[in-house]
Amino acid sequence: MKILLKLISIAGLIITILPSIGVFYEVISQEENKYFMLIGTILWFGPKIIFKAK
Amino acid sequence: MLLEKLSAHLEEVKEYEREPVPASRWRGFKSFLGMYAGEHTAGTEFVIGPLFVAHGAGAMDLILGLLLGNFLAVLSWAFICAPIAVRERVTLYFLLEKICGKHLTNAYNLVNALMFCFLAGSMIAVSATAIGIPFNIPLAKLTDWLPSGLPWIIIVVLVGTVTTFVATLGYDKVEKFSTIAAPWMILVFLAAAIAVLPELGVKNWGDFFQVAQDKIWTGKPMSGQSKFTFWHILFFAWFCNMAMHIGMADLSILRYAKKWTAGFASAGGMYVGHYIAWLSSGILYALFLQQSNENLEFAPGPVAYSAAGITGALCVIIAGWTTANPTIYRAGLALQAIMPKAKTWKITLVVGSLTTLAACFPALVMQLLDFVALYGLILMPMGAIIFIDYWLFPRIGLQSNLAAVKNLTFNVAALITWLGSLLACYLIAKTTGLEIFFLGLPGWFLAALIYIISSYAYQKKWSK
Repeated sequence: MKILLKLISIAGLIITILPSIGVFYEVISQEENKYFMLIGTILWFGPKIIFKAK
Repeated sequence: MLLEKLSAHLEEVKEYEREPVPASRWRGFKSFLGMYAGEHTAGTEFVIGPLFVAHGAGAMDLILGLLLGNFLAVLSWAFICAPIAVRERVTLYFLLEKICGKHLTNAYNLVNALMFCFLAGSMIAVSATAIGIPFNIPLAKLTDWLPSGLPWIIIVVLVGTVTTFVATLGYDKVEKFSTIAAPWMILVFLAAAIAVLPELGVKNWGDFFQVAQDKIWTGKPMSGQSKFTFWHILFFAWFCNMAMHIGMADLSILRYAKKWTAGFASAGGMYVGHYIAWLSSGILYALFLQQSNENLEFAPGPVAYSAAGITGALCVIIAGWTTANPTIYRAGLALQAIMPKAKTWKITLVVGSLTTLAACFPALVMQLLDFVALYGLILMPMGAIIFIDYWLFPRIGLQSNLAAVKNLTFNVAALITWLGSLLACYLIAKTTGLEIFFLGLPGWFLAALIYIISSYAYQKKWSK
């Protein structure tokens, strides 16, 4: 469980940064990037908060 | 009742305030690297980066100035602060008490607490600019000093109240949260900046420098702003944390280090927070200016929101809050050193109210560069006193730790040094027109010289 939550957190960080490079190379739009950043944020903080609560 | 329980819990925390840190609590280089990176990626970065743009910094001046200035800051931590920290392993306040005496240390604490209040106030204001986005309230302009209206005051008071309330409950949880938030925050800064580059005209990485010169750091100051040169940037980057390195406030942190080389870990904060984050926030602000047709409104919240959506606004709120919260708590601790019998949470409440009042005035944010420089300058002479007292006095036959040895509550030589060097800096600024960012360097040497001369005179009465 711990490892899974850690992996989700790391995925959150990657989803926060990686799509911006996609915007730079015009693979995705700025609006899509904003959604990805929000998903990345939730994935980064979510497991940390769950982990702390436990 | 709950507050008192929590307050009692805080008082039980062993922080080795009046004794050297034992070897069992020493920490390695890596833990300082993370700590510095986290501490220097904060709400202030959302203000400082854009202010460089507003002050007309040139692209090359900024890139090189920050590179060198941050390098000098790292050297100051490593060669000035860390060696004394790992030899003495006591807090700044305890060492100051031994040198300057209790009363002068109290005066230092009072000034320090006041500075912390203003710094926290500016961060509450930064957070408020993001909270205010859904309400579309009018925000302050770069040249404004007074609140923009009642809605702004209401939002600041709300943010200030919540921040103060959390600070009264303690520091541990906020510190843990800010450690979690730090890597995310820096990636949000970076991601937002990369994503807006095409809108500024950067189509491939080779275009970056040309666009940076033409559209971001153009070298032309905005209306009502002074011009920043390479030297302004170098000295600002070096001295913006002057209170911490040359001023020795980080003795309290680096006393936990296994070796003095932990001072080099400050590079984590300098090159992540004070380089990447400043450049990134500057890029975001340049786009905001381009889109708003050079609007003088200065609001980190809307700037981050337009570049990174809800995540950007969240980042501003969290960055502001995680800086303001521990700063209020530290201001409370500094005041508690003066009034040891007062309850921590009651003092924090008073400090928080003062901070919230200060936050209502946008001048604090708009003049942040000057304020940060002033903050370091005012506290710097105490660092010079510690440095000279520790390294030079034993070699020239003067008594180190005079207050502790002679049981003094007030070291007059230290007071003369503190006030005298600040007066000298003021006179230098008045007569030569030298800006505040440059005063730290001559100020340090003046403080050292005044301390040696005044100590020779002051210590004579004991040598007779």
